Amino acid sequence: MKRTACLLAFSALMLGLGACSERPQELAGRQINGGAPNWQGPASPFTAPGWTVGDRRSWQTHMQTRAQAQNEYVRLSQSH
Amino acid sequence: MARMKFICDSERCIECNGCVTACKAENHVPWGVNRRRVVTLNDGVPGEKSISVACMHCSDAPCMAVCPVDCFYRTDDGVVLHDKDVCIGCGYCSYACPFGAPQFPGNGTFGLRGKMDKCTFCAGGPEVSGSQAEFEKYGRNRLSEGRLPLCAEVCSTKALLAGDGDVVADIFRSRVVVRNKGSEVWGWGTAYGKPAGGATAKPAKPEGTK
Repeated sequence: MKRTACLLAFSALMLGLGACSERPQELAGRQINGGAPNWQGPASPFTAPGWTVGDRRSWQTHMQTRAQAQNEYVRLSQSH
Repeated sequence: MARMKFICDSERCIECNGCVTACKAENHVPWGVNRRRVVTLNDGVPGEKSISVACMHCSDAPCMAVCPVDCFYRTDDGVVLHDKDVCIGCGYCSYACPFGAPQFPGNGTFGLRGKMDKCTFCAGGPEVSGSQAEFEKYGRNRLSEGRLPLCAEVCSTKALLAGDGDVVADIFRSRVVVRNKGSEVWGWGTAYGKPAGGATAKPAKPEGTK
């Protein structure tokens, strides 16, 4: 009887102590998920024509051409 | 490797706010938040200058340095993004940013100040590219569609340029050569640093030394 009471008391004590614990909260080792690179697409109805989804070089060339299209000096000279 | 950058040509900006409207509409930016805005210096005075301001995606971003939960990251293309699932809305980034880019919705998770929202260079966030979850949190991911940010693409006078830093710098340089003025690029030095070996001051020599 006494032994059972001791066991019960010990179990209750362990349960109580367990409630005092907490999950680790430190930031160390946590990696931000940076998402997929832009050149990987995905292909969608909105994807601009002129490059191949999944081809990094194709995407870079396309983006440089598109950025260059902001230069109206080039655009005007091409239209004449 | 492309390093995405913005340039605003203050000689060309006519304060039409087309960039602001386009950004708001394209990304479904919440009420009270403006990822981009047009600032006019000497408003009403002859010779006034306007500039379109948003996150400049700095090379050495101060927001990134001060964030206590480290929610910022930089993509391979040099775009500074953040993870809204990690952001606690403390506002430190807002104090650190020289451009006032970080914005906070008025009614969010943390009472009066919600999670930070800022220009993503139309590059979405850490969620799956083009997904609904990404759109709801960060707006459109135009870069993954092979498009430039809409603010720059709709700019009627092409005052706002976006894209690979070398390309947009070349475009701006050619304009300066043609018009022979307006070489000051607002915010460029602050965001991307001075060119190596340029205006860096050398330490003065003590008197009496040769």
